[in-house]
Amino acid sequence: MDDLYRGYILDHYKRPRNFGELDPHDLEAHDHNPLCGDEMGVHIRVGEDGTITELRFHGQGCAISQAAASIASDEYVGMPAGDVAGLDGEWIIDLLGIPISATRRKCALLNLKVMRAAITGDASWPAGSG
Amino acid sequence: MEAATTPALDVRADFPIFTREFDGRPLVYLDSAATSQKPAAVIEAMDDYYRRHNANVHRGVYALAQEATDLFEGARERIAAFAGGETATTIFTRNATEAINLVAYAWGREHVGPGDVVLITEMEHHSNIVPWQLLCQETGAELRYLGVSDDGRLSLDELDAELASGRVKLAAFAHISNVLGTINPVADMVARVRAAGALSLIDGSQGVPQLPVDVGALDADFYAWTGHKAVGPTGIGVLHGRREILEAMRPFLGGGDMIRTVGFQESTWNDLPWKFEAGTSMIAEGVGLGAAVDYLSGLGMERVRAHERELTRHALERLAGVEGLRVIGPAGAGDRGGVISFELAGIHPHDVAELLNRDGVCVRAGHHCAMPLMRRLGVPATARASFGPYNSREDADALVAALQHAREVFQI
Repeated sequence: MDDLYRGYILDHYKRPRNFGELDPHDLEAHDHNPLCGDEMGVHIRVGEDGTITELRFHGQGCAISQAAASIASDEYVGMPAGDVAGLDGEWIIDLLGIPISATRRKCALLNLKVMRAAITGDASWPAGSG
Repeated sequence: MEAATTPALDVRADFPIFTREFDGRPLVYLDSAATSQKPAAVIEAMDDYYRRHNANVHRGVYALAQEATDLFEGARERIAAFAGGETATTIFTRNATEAINLVAYAWGREHVGPGDVVLITEMEHHSNIVPWQLLCQETGAELRYLGVSDDGRLSLDELDAELASGRVKLAAFAHISNVLGTINPVADMVARVRAAGALSLIDGSQGVPQLPVDVGALDADFYAWTGHKAVGPTGIGVLHGRREILEAMRPFLGGGDMIRTVGFQESTWNDLPWKFEAGTSMIAEGVGLGAAVDYLSGLGMERVRAHERELTRHALERLAGVEGLRVIGPAGAGDRGGVISFELAGIHPHDVAELLNRDGVCVRAGHHCAMPLMRRLGVPATARASFGPYNSREDADALVAALQHAREVFQI
C-alpha cells in the first residue's frame, strides 16, 4: 500500500464528489497554485440560516489537490458558512489522512484557500500552508 | 526510424554528485534543462580561486589582484571563443534573464515607441516574455507572438508575414524550446529579421549547453545564455551583442567599474564589455564558467549533441511503449534537443514527478516558466525529462520503468 496514494485518495481523484458547476450559486471563487499550475474554482449555495447547502468544485490538479477538495466537500455541506473562515491547514490535512510533505502542502490546501476566498473574500493561504 | 547508435559520451564519473544515493538508489538526474550538474573541474576551479587567488579585479596594483584579474578576464576570452563571440562584446550578467532585461531596458527604452512591434513566440520562457511585456507597457508598443504548430514548430512564413508590417523593431526567440525541445531555425530567422530592418535576440539558454553555437556565424544582434545550464555555476550569464549597437547603447546599471570618469553631475562610460558590468563582478563564477567551457570544449560540442540526440532518440522510442503517454513537441530526435515533455493519461504531472522521485528519477513537473505555451497546448502542466552529457541509456530506461511503476500505483 502506498503511503500517499492510498486507495481512497485515488478513488476521490478518479471519482471526485461534488465536482462540476452549480448555477445559480450564491458564492464563488477561483484561484490557482502558481507552483504547479493547478487551478480550482468553487460554486456555493448558502441557505437562509447561513449554512452551506450545496457546493461544487471544478478545475484541474494533482491527486492530492483533487482528493482534498472531494473529501472536504462533504464536510462543508451543512456547515455554517462563517465557520469556514476558522478552518486551518491542519483541518484539511487531517481529513486527508496521509503524510503531506512540505512540497505538497499547497496542493492539499488549495481547496480550503478557494473556499475561504469565496466566503470571506480573503484570498490568502490558510495558516499552515508551509 | 532513425538508426540506433551507441551514445558518444561516458562522463558520469566526472560529476561528483553522482556518488550520492537516494534510499540506496543511484541518482537518475533528468532535469538538466532546469540546471545542469557540475563537473569536478568547475567546482575545483572555483575552490582554487577562493583558496589561492581571491582579490577584487581591475585596478588592483598588487600581484594577487593581477592574478584574479587575469583569471577572470582569461575566462571571458575562453567563454567568448567557445560561443564564437568577440571578447569585448561578451558581457557578463547574472543569468540569461538579466541579459535579456539589459537589452529590453538599455536598448528597448531608447528605440521602441508607440506603434512599434516587439515580436516573440508562443514557445518562449517567461524570461523572454515578461521583459518585453514591461517594455511594451511602458512605451505603448505592441507585443506580438509567432504561433506554435501542434507538433511544436514555428513557421517562417508567419515570421515573414509579421515582418511585412514594417513595424517590428525587435524579434526575440528561443534557440531551443525548454518545453518542446524544438531546435528553431534561428539562422534563417535572424536573416529574415535583419532583411526587414529589425534587430534579433536569441535566447540561447538551452542552445549553448546542447549544440555547437557560433554566435558570430549566426549573426544575431543579441545572443543571451546562462552558465548554470552549461555545467557552470549559478550567478553568471552571458550576453553577446553586436559591437556598434552596444557602443551606441546607454548603460544598463550604473555604479563602479562601468565608468571611465565620474563628475558631480555626470559620468562617462568604460569600454566594452565593462560599460555593462556595474559593481564588483561575479569573479569566482566567471572562473567557474571558464572551467565549464573548457570542459565542454574537451568533450566537443558536436559529441555532446550526438550523445544527447541518441539518448533522446532512445528515450522517445522507449516512451512510445508506455501506455497512455503522449510526448509533446516534434516527433523525431533530428530537430529536437534533449528535452522531452509528456503527459501520462490518468496521472497529473505533479504526481508523476512525485512517484518518479521515489524511484530516484528526477524530472520536473509544472508549467516550466512557459504559461502562454501551456495555454496554447491546452495542458495545465507537463512532466519533463531533459538530458545532459552525463546521462546514459540506463537513465532513460529507469525513467520508463518508473513511469510503468507509477501507472501501477495509480491502478491504471
